[in-house]
Amino acid sequence: MADRLSLMREFGRFLRFLLSELRPRGRMLTPFNLISVPVIVAAAAILVVRFTRGLGAVTNLSQEVPWGLWIGFDVVTGVAFAGGAYVITFAVYVMRMEKYRPIVRATVLNGLLAYIFYAGALALDLGRPWNIINPIIGNKFGFSSVLFLVSWHFMLYMLAEFIEFSPAVAEWLGWKRVRRVLHAFTLTAVILGITLSTLHQSGLGALYLMAKPKIHPLWYTEFIPILFFVSSIFAGLSMIILEGTLSHRVFATQINHKRHGSFEEIILGLGKGAAIAMFVYYFFHALVFVHDHRWQLITDLWGVWYLVEILGFVLVPCVLFAYGVRNRSVSIVRTAAILALIGIIMNRLNISVIAFNWNSAAHYYPSWQEIVVTLMVIFSEIWVFRWIVLRMPVMREAHELPSRPTESRPSELTASA
Amino acid sequence: MNRRHFMKTLGVAGASLAGGAARAAEQAATPEFFGVLVDTTRCIGCRSCELACAEEAGLPLPDIENDGALAEERDTSESCWTLVNRYQTSQGDVFVKRQCMHCWQPACVAACLTRAMYKTATGPVIWRSPQCMGCRFCMVSCPFDVPKFEYDEWNPKIQKCNLCWQRLEQDRKPACVESCPTDALMFGRKRDLMEIARTRIYNHPERYVHKIYGEYEVGGTGWLYLAAVPFEELGFRTDLGTTPYPEFTRDFLYGVPLVLFGLPALLYGLHELSEPQGREPAGEE
Repeated sequence: MADRLSLMREFGRFLRFLLSELRPRGRMLTPFNLISVPVIVAAAAILVVRFTRGLGAVTNLSQEVPWGLWIGFDVVTGVAFAGGAYVITFAVYVMRMEKYRPIVRATVLNGLLAYIFYAGALALDLGRPWNIINPIIGNKFGFSSVLFLVSWHFMLYMLAEFIEFSPAVAEWLGWKRVRRVLHAFTLTAVILGITLSTLHQSGLGALYLMAKPKIHPLWYTEFIPILFFVSSIFAGLSMIILEGTLSHRVFATQINHKRHGSFEEIILGLGKGAAIAMFVYYFFHALVFVHDHRWQLITDLWGVWYLVEILGFVLVPCVLFAYGVRNRSVSIVRTAAILALIGIIMNRLNISVIAFNWNSAAHYYPSWQEIVVTLMVIFSEIWVFRWIVLRMPVMREAHELPSRPTESRPSELTASA
Repeated sequence: MNRRHFMKTLGVAGASLAGGAARAAEQAATPEFFGVLVDTTRCIGCRSCELACAEEAGLPLPDIENDGALAEERDTSESCWTLVNRYQTSQGDVFVKRQCMHCWQPACVAACLTRAMYKTATGPVIWRSPQCMGCRFCMVSCPFDVPKFEYDEWNPKIQKCNLCWQRLEQDRKPACVESCPTDALMFGRKRDLMEIARTRIYNHPERYVHKIYGEYEVGGTGWLYLAAVPFEELGFRTDLGTTPYPEFTRDFLYGVPLVLFGLPALLYGLHELSEPQGREPAGEE
C-alpha cells in the first residue's frame, strides 16, 4: 500500500516535471520565431490540401518528373548533411579520439533529428503514406529494390542513433540506472550505425542507377554510390562546422568556458578531415571523367555547369580547407564548409532534379508550396533541436546546470523556446 | 519447379542422356513469356485498340472518330494505357501503338520495395494496388517512362497497361489485339513471335528495316516492333542499351551483405586496436 502510494507520488512528480519542461522558456518574439511560426502554419495548411486533393494540387511534379524538391532536397540532400553523426561517432567511440567528445551529443542529436524530419519528409511525398509499413511486414519484401534497403536502413539507423543519444535523455530525467544500461549499448549502436550509414548513404545514390537514360551523362556513373558515400563524409563534417559555429553563439549559455577553448581545435580537426575526404571525392570525379573520355561533354552549358560544381564547389573548398587548417584559420575553414555544403546541394539536386530528364521537354521547378513545406521541415527540426538542447545535457555536462537564459544574454540570437 | 512437373519433364526427355534431361528440365522451368508483335507497316491508325483498352480497363473512352488526337504526338497517361501516334516519315505516315513494353527483366519490378509491381509467370507486368505506397520509384526507374501516377487523387494509383493479364488467365487475347482489324497486332509466345517477325523481314527485305525493336532492348521486351523506317524516326529510344535494367543495381545489392557483416567486424577490430596502452580503457564519458 505504502509502496503504491510512493510510486504514485513519484509518477506525479515525473508528470509535473514533464509539464514544466514542456513550457516555453525565454522570449517568444525572437527573429527566428517570427519567421518560422508563420511558415510552419502555412505549411500545415498546404499539407491539408496535399492530403485531400492529391500531390498535384500543391507540387509541380509530373509524369516525367516524379521526384522533385521533397525527395531531391529534403531526403537526398538532408541525409547527406546528417552524415556527421556517423563520422564523429566513428572518431570518438571507435577510434577513441577524445578531442571530439564535446561535440558528440550535439552531432548525434542533429543526426537523429535530421533523419526523423528529413527522412520523415518522405512520408509527405508518398502517394499512399499509410502503406509505409508495407516494406516492413510479411510477404511484401522487395529484396531487389534499393529503396527497400534504404528504407530499412533509415529505420534501423534512427533506432541506433536514439540509443546513442538516449543516455542524455536518461540524465535529463534523472534515471541513473536506466542511463547505465543504455550507455552499455552505445558501442554496439555506434558500430551498427556506421555500417548502416555506409550502406544507405551510398544507397541513396544507387537509387539513381536505373535512371541511366534520364540523367545527363556528366552526372551519371556506375560509381554514384561511392561518390555519395564519400561526399557524405565531408558534407557531414561541414555541417558540424557550420552548425557548431551557430550553436556556439545561440546556445552560449549552455557551454562552459573550458570547452570554448577546445572548440577551435575541434573545428580545425574537422576541417582537416573534410579536406582529405574532399580530395578523395575530387579524385574519384577526375578518375571517372578521364576514364569515360568525357572531354567532348563539357563543351556546352551542361559542361560549364558541371565544371562550376566540380571546380568551384569541390576543388576550391577542398583547397580552402587545407589552407585554413595549415594556417590555423577557423574563419577560412568555415568559409570552406559553407562552399562545400553548397556544392553538396548542387550535386544532389543536379542528379535528382536539374540534370534529371535533361533531354526531355518537361522541365521542373518547385512550386512555392513545395518550398514552404521544405522550410517547414527545416524550421521544425530546429525547434525540436532547440527545445532539447535547452533541457537535456547535450552541450553541457550532466552535472552542470545551465546558466539561466533569462539573465545573461550575449546576443539577440540567444535561443529561447 | 515442383516434383510432378519435374517427373513430367523427365518423361518427355525420355531416352535422352542424363545431361540432356537436366537441360530439358531447365528449359521447361524457364517461363515462356507471352508478348505482342506490332507490325507498324500494317497499322492504319484506326485506334480501335485505344477504345478496346479503355473499355476493358474501365478508363474514359476516347472519341476515336472525332477527337483528332493523331494531330500531335501523345504519351500514355493515368487515364489512357495505350494510344496510337502518327509519324510523318520518308515512307509516308507511319502509325505506332504505345503501351507498357512488359520487359523481360523490368526495372519497375526491381525498383518496387513492396512488390506491388510484379511480373506474372506468363509475362504481364502488373501493379497490385494494396501493396503500393506511392513512392514512384518505378516511374524513376522505367526506361520507357510507362508507369503513370494519379497526381490529383488523395488515394492515387499507378496506371499502366497490364497486358490484360486476367483475360490471359482465361486463355483470351489482350483486348487491343482482339480489336485490331488489320492484324497489325499479333499475340503469342515471344519465341514464336520472333520467328514470325524474322520471316516477315526475310520474305520482304525491302519492306522492313532489318531490326526487331524489343528483341534485345533493355534485355528484351514482351512487345516487339517491326517498321519500315529506322526506329529513331518513330519516337523510339534506341540508346537504352541491351543490359537488363535490374543489372545496374545488382552489384550494389550484392555488396550490401558483405558490408553489413564485414564492416562491423572491422570497426570492432579498430576499436580494440585503438585502446591506449598501459591505461585503463576510457570509461564512461
